[in-house]
Amino acid sequence: MSDHELRVSKIRDGTVIDHVEGGQALNVLAILGIDGSEGHGVSVGMNVPSDRLGRKDIVKVEERELSQSEVDVLSLIAPEATINIVRDFEVVEKNRVTRPDSVTGVLSCPNRNCITNADEPVDTRFDVVADGVRCDYCSTILRADIAEHIDV
Amino acid sequence: MRQDHLITATQLSRDDIEAVLDRAREVADDPAAYADRHAGRVLALCFFEPSTRTRMSFDSAAKRLGIDTVDMGDVDSSSVSKGESLSDTVRVIEGYADALVLRHPSEGAATLAAENVSVPVVNAGDGAGQHPSQTLLDLHTIRENHGLDDLTVGIMGDLKYGRTVHSLAAALTEFDVNQHFISPESLRIPRSVRFDLHETGAQIREHEELEPVLDELDVLYVTRIQKERFPDENEYHRVAGEYRIDAETLEAAADDLTVMHPLPRVDEIAPDVDETDHATYFEQAHNGIPVRMALLDTLLENAEADEGTEVDR
Ligand SMILES: [Zn+2]
Repeated sequence: MSDHELRVSKIRDGTVIDHVEGGQALNVLAILGIDGSEGHGVSVGMNVPSDRLGRKDIVKVEERELSQSEVDVLSLIAPEATINIVRDFEVVEKNRVTRPDSVTGVLSCPNRNCITNADEPVDTRFDVVADGVRCDYCSTILRADIAEHIDV
Repeated sequence: MRQDHLITATQLSRDDIEAVLDRAREVADDPAAYADRHAGRVLALCFFEPSTRTRMSFDSAAKRLGIDTVDMGDVDSSSVSKGESLSDTVRVIEGYADALVLRHPSEGAATLAAENVSVPVVNAGDGAGQHPSQTLLDLHTIRENHGLDDLTVGIMGDLKYGRTVHSLAAALTEFDVNQHFISPESLRIPRSVRFDLHETGAQIREHEELEPVLDELDVLYVTRIQKERFPDENEYHRVAGEYRIDAETLEAAADDLTVMHPLPRVDEIAPDVDETDHATYFEQAHNGIPVRMALLDTLLENAEADEGTEVDR
């Protein structure tokens, strides 16, 4: 077993999100709505040397297995990420993220004049397009700046 | 047209557009045949932003189909000013009417409204978003003057905030049309509209001046450049002045150039253009009646067909 695998396997039960682009770990936590208040262990490694990415971030969340929709949303800011589900210290599942068709309720629309920013009882909804996401309501396109619009 | 609502022009296929425009032609030829077609129906006019003209046009179109209208009145005097959400407002109004026409200052308002009601919603303008019923009457006007294929159309003025422009440009991609966009740098078509145009592979070009392309155009669609779009008034006067046309400007144009404008105009088209054969904007405004009649007729017919299907089940 390599050092790398040892490191990811250190939690007992939960999820390890590996190969997150350097600097995005806190956005990953924000997307997942994790702020430590649940009482589960959360550890974050930032700027860890990586063969594939140069530098990567790594996020370990104990006692929690990510749902598919959570993984989908992660793909927008961490397209190279791998999701390791850990049970009893073993990685039981290892998946790459895939881009979803749409994202609901996670991002806020950057268009201040969009109806989703007008105190309506509505979740935002974005279509995933070639190089970004697009508001289903006002059609505004959000590209590299996605992380700035995570709504938590 | 097999649509439940009319929210954006991007939802319309060539067949959808032609079906409505064919019907508009029938309506214009024989309005009496449509007079009582929807007697007993009620249309709600929900204008969260002042617009005498579009409101009157829908009101008149409805009445010519035998439809009664109920009007929300001015926003200042309605519950909207008391802070009620649009979602709640349309859910209440849905109970009063068989269809809603909505004008709202926020982009995406019509999409949201349509998600909250089960009657047809017509977007009569959402902020700087879309204004698809205007587009249908624009297309009808172009079609009656030139047909809709093998055309070169110039769209000039405020292309960034002009919702009529966003809808028209999207709809024209369904036809064999070269589009030229003429505007100051700061008011070019927005990224989201350009994205849709590129997706369709449409032939588009952008210019800062009208003069180099004027003689190629079959249609020149002029829109107003608003003072509010500029940080200072001098800048506004300097820029807006460059996108004004008069009879002299049009001497360089093709004889059968059609000049259109969604109206109201301020001074972007000089009154002397009215006397030329190019002026088509009043005809265009009048086309609002048969086109909106055809649109309401189609949407109510679709809604009735849907009800029928549910009963059959
Ligand atoms: Zn939006």
